[in-house]
Amino acid sequence: MNNCLLDIRDVSRSFGGVHAVRAVYSSVTEGMIKAVIGPNGAGKTTLFNLIAGTLAPHSGQVHFRGRPITGCKSHTIAGLGIARTFQTTKLFGHMTVLENVMVGRHPRTRAGFLAGMLNLPWTWREEREIRSRAMALLEEFDLAVIAEERACNLSFGQQRMVEFARALATEPALLLLDEPAAGLNIYETKALSERILKIRDRGVTCLVVEHDMSLVMNISDEVLVLDQGQKIAEGPPRAIQRNPDVIRIYLGEDHAANSES
Amino acid sequence: MPLRRYAPVMCAAAMVVLIQVALSTTGNPYYMTQITMSAFYAMVVVGLCLLMGYAGQASLGHAGFFAIGGYVSAVLCTVNLLPYRDAAVLSALRSLGLLHIWKDIYGAEILSFVPWAAFVAVLILAAVIALLIGLPVIRLKGHYMAMATLGFGLIVYRIVIGTPLFGQADGISNVPPFPVGFGLQINGRAAFRVENYYIAWAVLLGMMVLSIHLVHSRIGRALRSIHENEEAAHSLGIDTYRYKLATFVLSAVFAAIGGAMMTHYNGSIGPSEATVMKSVRYVVIVAVGGMANLWGAMLMGVVLNFLSLRGVFGTFDDAVFAIILIVIMLYAPDGLLRMPPIHKWKTLLTRRSRE
Repeated sequence: MNNCLLDIRDVSRSFGGVHAVRAVYSSVTEGMIKAVIGPNGAGKTTLFNLIAGTLAPHSGQVHFRGRPITGCKSHTIAGLGIARTFQTTKLFGHMTVLENVMVGRHPRTRAGFLAGMLNLPWTWREEREIRSRAMALLEEFDLAVIAEERACNLSFGQQRMVEFARALATEPALLLLDEPAAGLNIYETKALSERILKIRDRGVTCLVVEHDMSLVMNISDEVLVLDQGQKIAEGPPRAIQRNPDVIRIYLGEDHAANSES
Repeated sequence: MPLRRYAPVMCAAAMVVLIQVALSTTGNPYYMTQITMSAFYAMVVVGLCLLMGYAGQASLGHAGFFAIGGYVSAVLCTVNLLPYRDAAVLSALRSLGLLHIWKDIYGAEILSFVPWAAFVAVLILAAVIALLIGLPVIRLKGHYMAMATLGFGLIVYRIVIGTPLFGQADGISNVPPFPVGFGLQINGRAAFRVENYYIAWAVLLGMMVLSIHLVHSRIGRALRSIHENEEAAHSLGIDTYRYKLATFVLSAVFAAIGGAMMTHYNGSIGPSEATVMKSVRYVVIVAVGGMANLWGAMLMGVVLNFLSLRGVFGTFDDAVFAIILIVIMLYAPDGLLRMPPIHKWKTLLTRRSRE
């Protein structure tokens, strides 16, 4: 196992009688962009929630940097270095863009209740550092001009980017992106893929759930395909595109037969 | 930046002095008594504002914490331990200076805790009780949490009214004044009126400063983010449960401080302080102030309680607070201080009536 960052071992989760994720094995190597694809209801978001600690798996294990994180709470997992964005952006609407990103610094800072109430001098330094780091991220994302804007007043595409910046503010080793291109136009999607590549280049491993196939095939190093909670295929994008099982679930039986002949 | 933060505190302090001077020179010093009592009530409101406006948790049990503060200090300061004076524990406490002998108004000797010891006990007990109540209750969401804390408030009321130690329906009287140091004491007698007016405001404004610092700190940001979207806050490494619990405990301690000071000031406390309507009143005041608006909450806490104590609302006291709640929710859900400007009122009213 070369630099295995995230290791998913035989993870299952069901809701009532529905097996949302069933016996999935997978791993994410450090420094790669890995995509998770599959039809609606394939269990992609559930898999994300299992990794991020929003849900606990019914069986199986998740290891991060060789440490078991199965059943840990999301705030612990965030502290360990896994950040996420949500399918429907979840910004803090009445806080400013800058404050949103500043909240992202939470797991890397430490001023507590007492220090905050007494406004101890060392917290000023920390507060300045939080602000400058957040501002630097906003500049990197070309969002500095709207830093003082309330998050709920932003366009959809901007909200996505703020959520991105906020997740990166936690200094994650692994970033989980849940359908980052949903609702974006083609220009925004193009900018997004460049953004994701840049994030990867600064050393953040990305795991992306996405429906936009051109985005997936262009940027990912590896693709995991899920259908009805089960792993159908896994491998480099080229191989996935030719995989008959994958073609079957996306395009139907006929196309699969054609590609095999 | 920090200067801008302290400017309102300075303004408030100046107003406090101005009001005192105005009342003393115009020969209406007795207004100060009600303002002082309103300031004690406002301490509950400030804590509740942190809990409701910033952490987003509703509590209908804060009169319970106010009563805990009042009753614990009343009991500890008035219970007569003279018959047990030779017990080893008591002599140990006496040698530590936690107990003293004093004479009540009838001249009888009483061996009881010194007010400072009682006050420390209030702080600890309120925090512990809030922690124990909060541990299960904070897990509840929205109105479920409101209902659970309502249950807590009811329990406190029933315990107070059913326990001989707490004086049942009569409450506890003859609570001694509280010498707070620097030659000052919390004492309701007319001679101490101005002094206590300033003590109450100093403590209230002190709480405001602590709260304002908190709101602008890393923790305050985390609390607001929990209020906005708990799942997202959680995913950013914020231990939402712990922070909500800590805020609950903090607000309970603020309430208990208000209760303890009020009890020493009045020299007594009765079960009316523990009623559910008092809890509702605090919630109403936070809503009128604008939920996440500490200054609004404090101002309304003082003004509305002052009017109530002056008897402006007459026998309809509780009804007035209920009506205020309804009106605020309908026409100014962001609080009275952030009301839409007057010119918008016309359209607002006609729109409402057409609906």
